[in-house]
Amino acid sequence: MSNDVKVSVRNLTKCFGDLKVLDNISFDIKKGEFICVVGPTGCGKTTFLNLLTRLIPQTSGEILIDGEPADPKKHNISFVFQEPSAFSWLTTQENIEYGLRIKKMPEDYIKQQSDKVINLLGLDRFRDAYPHEMSVSMEQRVVIGRAFAMNPDLLLMDEPYGQMDIKMRFFLEDEVIKLWKATGSTVLFITHNLEEAVYLAERVLVLSAKPATIKAQVPIEIGRPRKVSDPAFIEVRKQITDMIKWW
Amino acid sequence: MAKEKPVSGGQPESAAVSESIRIENQNRAREKRQLFLISLVSVTVCLVIWELAVRTALINPKYLSAPSQVFQSFIIKFYDPTPDGATLPVHFASSLYLALVGYAAAVIIGIPLGLVRGYSRTFYRLINPIFEIVRPIPPIAWIPLSVIWLGIGTTAKGFIIFLAAFVPCVINSYTGVHQTNPTLINVAKTCGANDWQIFTTVCIPSALPLTFTGLRVALGNSWSTLVAAELLSAKAGLGYMIQQGRSLVRPDIIIVGMLSIGITGALLSSCLSRVEKKFVKGRNER
Repeated sequence: MSNDVKVSVRNLTKCFGDLKVLDNISFDIKKGEFICVVGPTGCGKTTFLNLLTRLIPQTSGEILIDGEPADPKKHNISFVFQEPSAFSWLTTQENIEYGLRIKKMPEDYIKQQSDKVINLLGLDRFRDAYPHEMSVSMEQRVVIGRAFAMNPDLLLMDEPYGQMDIKMRFFLEDEVIKLWKATGSTVLFITHNLEEAVYLAERVLVLSAKPATIKAQVPIEIGRPRKVSDPAFIEVRKQITDMIKWW
Repeated sequence: MAKEKPVSGGQPESAAVSESIRIENQNRAREKRQLFLISLVSVTVCLVIWELAVRTALINPKYLSAPSQVFQSFIIKFYDPTPDGATLPVHFASSLYLALVGYAAAVIIGIPLGLVRGYSRTFYRLINPIFEIVRPIPPIAWIPLSVIWLGIGTTAKGFIIFLAAFVPCVINSYTGVHQTNPTLINVAKTCGANDWQIFTTVCIPSALPLTFTGLRVALGNSWSTLVAAELLSAKAGLGYMIQQGRSLVRPDIIIVGMLSIGITGALLSSCLSRVEKKFVKGRNER
């Protein structure tokens, strides 16, 4: 069991002064697992993510990747932010290659990874396009491509589809599953959309209100492709909805 | 890759599409020609009114020369050093040299200073108080001190021009870095970028458009401070030529000098725009 644990979060606590935001959170993510985190607004999801990416230091506890303390300089951690975050001065291809270049990967590996991602996303026609020449959803796909291209140990996504309409979201959700399967990445996806969580995840972590603790972990054992109208799907969604209604 | 993507821009270009693109381009070209024509008409009308006003002696020719007279002097000045002691190309070269030296020094020192000031909080605190006090002092106010320090030669004049160009270089590159979207910095951080990588791959590219605006303002400043700088004893230069035109009561010479300054300024600025287009990528073209 301990062999296939990729990320291990142990007794993670974060306080800002007297305000306790995260309280003693512990969980494991298996290698190649897709986890969704849901929780009420303002429960500290963003703080949680910022801790995992090491943008801010934790108060106590530890985050281990492959048994070592997480470090963006050593591990490949990718983050897809909520707001559009493509570099406006880089083309699609350059954006996708950005993280690999920061990591100083060999040139042929960079080429191979960016070609793979561009093909998976069907972005070949937009290889040399700049973000301002694309729609917002296209830009977000480039950003997601950039995250997957790094072959991340841990890929964190913070409501990446929050601003999309429903049709686009369905399309992008299928796409992210496709990328996840093709790259075998370990994904932690934050959302407030329970349907999205149940559609995507292998396991859903439900956070409580502030200070956030893990209220429940719900494994989603529905085969893919999933259908939102499937009775089993509705059952799980209802189960999670009830947990959140509890507050 | 085989699956069709329901995303904008994905359709194959049919004949109808390329035809409509052609018509669109044609319309745009026609509109451009019309706008150019309007500009041409406004300039011509101004020149004609000016010419007529002087010809009909509505304005005393002692105060203002007719455009035809100015044009004639402009041609003559290309080879004739009288009455001010040098030909137009000599004046021009002297001024251009002076302005570019001062400008180049301001860019080389000012831009890195501004970029670092935007990135490093410590550095900002270090130089900001001094900079903020020096900033509002007009370059011309530095003339007396620079004469005491540097005499009345090229160095002093270059120094005045340097000061005029320095401030916008610093302020704009600083603001550019300072306004870098924090999310983009976080993207770089989570990729494992170190401070230097963040500075060079995120802050500088994102500061470039504003920095170029600063370069353009600085160029304008240095060129327009030229006349003031050449008040310090000069033997040649467009500013000097204007001064001489005043002493000799030759409005045509004055206007030739003024127009040379104006036209050169516009040309330099358009050169800079070309350079900007090369360097600043991925922004909407105006």
